[in-house]
Amino acid sequence: MTPTTRTRWAILGLTGPAYLWLACTIFLPIAAMLALSFLDKSPLVPKPASFTLANYGAFFGKPFYWSLTRWSIELGFWVTLFSFLIGYPAAYALAKRVKGRWREAIFLLIVLPFWSNALVRIFSWTMVLRPNGIIDLGVQSVLPGAPTVDLLFTYPAVIIGLVHSYLPYMILTCYIALQAIDDSLIEAGRSLGANKLTTFRRVVLPLSLPGIISGSALIFVPVIGSFMEPRILGGTKGATLGMNIEEQFTVTANWPLGAALSFILLAIVLVIFGMLYPFLRKQSGAA
Amino acid sequence: MKNFADAGIRFYLILVLVFLYLPILVMALLAFNKSPLYALPFEFDLVWFKALAENDRLLKAGLNSVLIALANTVIATSLGTMAAVAFGRYTFRGKTMMQALLFPPIAIPWLVIGTAMLVFFFWIGRAIGYPGIARGLHAILLGHVALSLPYVIFVVGARLNDYPKALEEAAATLGATPWQVFRRISVPILAPGVVAASLFAFAVSFDQFVISYFLAPPGVTTLPVEIYTSIRKGFTPEINAISTIIILVSMGLMLIVARFYRFGGERSGNE
Repeated sequence: MTPTTRTRWAILGLTGPAYLWLACTIFLPIAAMLALSFLDKSPLVPKPASFTLANYGAFFGKPFYWSLTRWSIELGFWVTLFSFLIGYPAAYALAKRVKGRWREAIFLLIVLPFWSNALVRIFSWTMVLRPNGIIDLGVQSVLPGAPTVDLLFTYPAVIIGLVHSYLPYMILTCYIALQAIDDSLIEAGRSLGANKLTTFRRVVLPLSLPGIISGSALIFVPVIGSFMEPRILGGTKGATLGMNIEEQFTVTANWPLGAALSFILLAIVLVIFGMLYPFLRKQSGAA
Repeated sequence: MKNFADAGIRFYLILVLVFLYLPILVMALLAFNKSPLYALPFEFDLVWFKALAENDRLLKAGLNSVLIALANTVIATSLGTMAAVAFGRYTFRGKTMMQALLFPPIAIPWLVIGTAMLVFFFWIGRAIGYPGIARGLHAILLGHVALSLPYVIFVVGARLNDYPKALEEAAATLGATPWQVFRRISVPILAPGVVAASLFAFAVSFDQFVISYFLAPPGVTTLPVEIYTSIRKGFTPEINAISTIIILVSMGLMLIVARFYRFGGERSGNE
């Protein structure tokens, strides 16, 4: 055996198992799902199925699915926007204003919850938002006799819960981008006569843009596919595309329709990545 | 003026932390409250933790979660480390492509991955005459490993970025057997990354809900799936109790990861 064939076998032996596993559990299933989305019968039905476009037709023909999709995208937009508005200043403060042990401690405290169970964190908001929850109790103690505050099962509840879930992503990506900005660039801007706001707008913000964009992608994508969060915090209000897909697989057992809806969701995700990708590339190339 | 601004910044960061932790603290506190309706005033009692100890369904789900997480840790860490070693040591055609293939499992919404696995496993099962094998603990394990692999490869790979291949060659030249080279050179270099990656893999599996949810047949559940079903039936302080335990476990794990990464020679990135 020559060294090159030996190396080739080593590479194959080392990477083969992992990639075989990924092929059988990610790539082949996605292909199977694509095939299923063009069939007219669920595999649960023991009859041969034939090709159809009806599942996609159902999506494009029914305004009901359009409104589900619109709300999912809007939800993604609001959650991303609020995460940015809350997270960017926090990331800036951590990267540029807080130093040493404090920075380390606060940073750890911010990323810690996002490694804890997502379901549990969403559940914990029901304790805050429901009637007799802490928001309600707080309002009652300040304004005795005020009407009961019941935010559970509303649109804002879903947005609050999701911002809570994904805020650490935005802080993390913006922090990394902001920390990489050389302080002397900011000083240069200031000494050349730019005021604080101009320096921020012309130097800091553009240089941290890649962080903002990757944070937004990391938040937007899972949010438009969410179903557990809107179900627990939104109840029947604000059904999302994700909730409908879940139902097609668990309740109504219309798998082909669920598969088609999943692929529409995936297409939206791909379009978003496609839109952000050249932008990210350009930014990281320039920085 | 400067002090004033600093106070403002500190206040803002504290507000963000309050937003992140307040709901979790409230939830944990109410796990120790006696009232089944979360009624106040607060009355300390361990009744919900006692109820937990007698809830066979939850205990079984908990055991399943731990077993799957352990199996996942072993499989994902070994397969992932092998792949990371290949990426770290060799340059070969298709490497970039193979590394790019690690992003879909992270970037595709879990809802899509979970349902796709269900469909594919069902078809395979029907093809071999056992449609029942589409769901179950084995299917959940298959899915968890797939989700953990990219993380393991990235974490171990970060440690291997400049793998000192010369060290191995030097040892071999000086007469070390391949086994000695592996044990005395490769293992110590890899160890911190592998430990961090395995804790990561455990946490990914232990917290995973969406994939497990679609691949769990009736009667067989993991902890998060069981909690989701209970939440949909109605809120009880028992859910608070089990949630409190879960959150302590996963946060504890991540604190250990953070320490390992600091003391494992990765200090430079951390101030």
